[in-house]
Amino acid sequence: MKNEAREQKIKCSNKGHMTVSGVMIYTFLGFWALIVLFPFYWMILTSLKSYSAYNGEYIPKLYTLSPTLQNYADAFTAVPLGRYLLNTLVFTVLTTLIMLAVIVLAAFAFARLEFRGKNAAFVLFLSMMMIPNELVVITNFITITNLDLRNTFAGLILPSVTSVFYLYLLKENFEQIPDNLYYAAKVDGTSDLRYLFRVMIPIAKPTLVTVTILKVIECWNSYVWPRLITDDADYFLVSNGIQEIRENGFGRENIPAMMAAVVVISVPLIVLFLIFRDKVMEGVSRGGTKG
Amino acid sequence: MMDRNSIKGSLKGWLYLLPALLFLGVFMVYPLIDVFVYSFEEGYNSASQTYFGVGTYNYAYVLRDPYFLQAVKNTFLLVVITVPLSTGIALLISVGLHSIGPLRRFLQTVYFLPYVTNTLAVGMVFMILFKKTPYSDGFINLLITWFGGKSVDFIDGPYWAKMSVLCLYTIWVVMPFKILILTSALASVDPVYYRAARVDGTSKFRMFVKITLPMISPMIFYLVITGFIGAFKAYSDVVALFGTNLNAAGMNTIVGYVYDMLYGDSGGYPSYASAAAIILFAIVFTITCINLLASEQKTRR
Repeated sequence: MKNEAREQKIKCSNKGHMTVSGVMIYTFLGFWALIVLFPFYWMILTSLKSYSAYNGEYIPKLYTLSPTLQNYADAFTAVPLGRYLLNTLVFTVLTTLIMLAVIVLAAFAFARLEFRGKNAAFVLFLSMMMIPNELVVITNFITITNLDLRNTFAGLILPSVTSVFYLYLLKENFEQIPDNLYYAAKVDGTSDLRYLFRVMIPIAKPTLVTVTILKVIECWNSYVWPRLITDDADYFLVSNGIQEIRENGFGRENIPAMMAAVVVISVPLIVLFLIFRDKVMEGVSRGGTKG
Repeated sequence: MMDRNSIKGSLKGWLYLLPALLFLGVFMVYPLIDVFVYSFEEGYNSASQTYFGVGTYNYAYVLRDPYFLQAVKNTFLLVVITVPLSTGIALLISVGLHSIGPLRRFLQTVYFLPYVTNTLAVGMVFMILFKKTPYSDGFINLLITWFGGKSVDFIDGPYWAKMSVLCLYTIWVVMPFKILILTSALASVDPVYYRAARVDGTSKFRMFVKITLPMISPMIFYLVITGFIGAFKAYSDVVALFGTNLNAAGMNTIVGYVYDMLYGDSGGYPSYASAAAIILFAIVFTITCINLLASEQKTRR
């Protein structure tokens, strides 16, 4: 509300002299938008050029008059792109679901139940928020290797589940739900688990959606752990797949086909973002770290 | 309020926590202790899981390894160049965004796109834009020669060229987060201050320096700190540009060195990897503390 009112004010105050400074601001902002969008334009453009047309252009053209979808067909047939996408989907869905189950139960315990050692446990969780992944990845790599879980979904998923920060976000949200509801439910003889599913989860749905989106983005883009734990292309995720395509795929530097693969990999998250724009941006500003 | 029966209540509480504790214990707490153990075990052999001594040899080895020193140099350069630049540009963009009405929402959406794209995938686009091949000089070189410059291979060419494309790509990747945080910080400054200043006839620039900057400075510090931490851990964007063999390209980062020691053609040395990871953590920790101290001093004054 306040923002809108102020926006109105700023607009009014600018109305008379939307002049030099206004033009400069729009030019600058437009320039940055161009820098952001250009790589996307270039990847789509290149993916539509035929192999011979692309390699025939010593001076790259900014447009194409004979677009072709052949590269997309190549991306799915010459390399197992479909397989990579399916793997990533399975990995993303399972990791996110397991994480949600784990953090919902833990957040409920921290926010609602009273038990001995709760504070100590919470301090332990909080302190884990400061631990960078790079420190624990070495032992996890050895653990998973020793358990013979390399090149399995279990090996990919299990170490990726822990997300202390999301647990923290959810616990904060659960704590805002008034105690009265809980005691009323207790009087009615509702069990804790039932109360959790019938009352707390629906109320905390916005936070759960935020957490889910952030985790999905994280999973879809994860590269380091999958690279360490898989060397069998049957278990590659898209990030590893694209790296594999770059180093060994297609042959003879078929860049248009490579760009078609890049487009296919990028589209799902961009669509997700355009649908849930406000949710994603709000979630990232609360809990994002990339940057 | 305590449950009727505290033992039963305690049991229930821990039962709900159990899955989280298991994951945390196995994949975070235990590895955290273990990484220190590894880093002091000399001559660890991952096949037989034996070692022949305890001491600081691994650290000495890593600190003398020219590949590690190169990685430290690359990482520091990347941090020193990209953190101030990206924060500064993000500030300019956010102020610009804040002052316009039409198109604001659209531009915010556009600026956020790099956040939701796969770093590896878009990195490949940057690679082909900057790469010089026998068939083509690439788009960026076309622009450079257009403006009268000399074309250069940014991917396999001289060090400064590789470093500049890496910095550019890093800035491109980290910008969405910074713009997002700064625009919401700017939106939360109470308009009363501006109104008062306008009554006094204060100039726009003075208003920005005297009101806006102090009000959003906590967020700027937050971005500088997270920016430092993030840039020190740079890895996958470097792989996207220069491929997995970063030592050969002379573009390795500290995190890249850790993973190379662990895995791949030069891998199989978890002790060296652990020592390098702990050195990295020590650097990041020190710099975060310095940043926090600096920001505290500034606010106290």
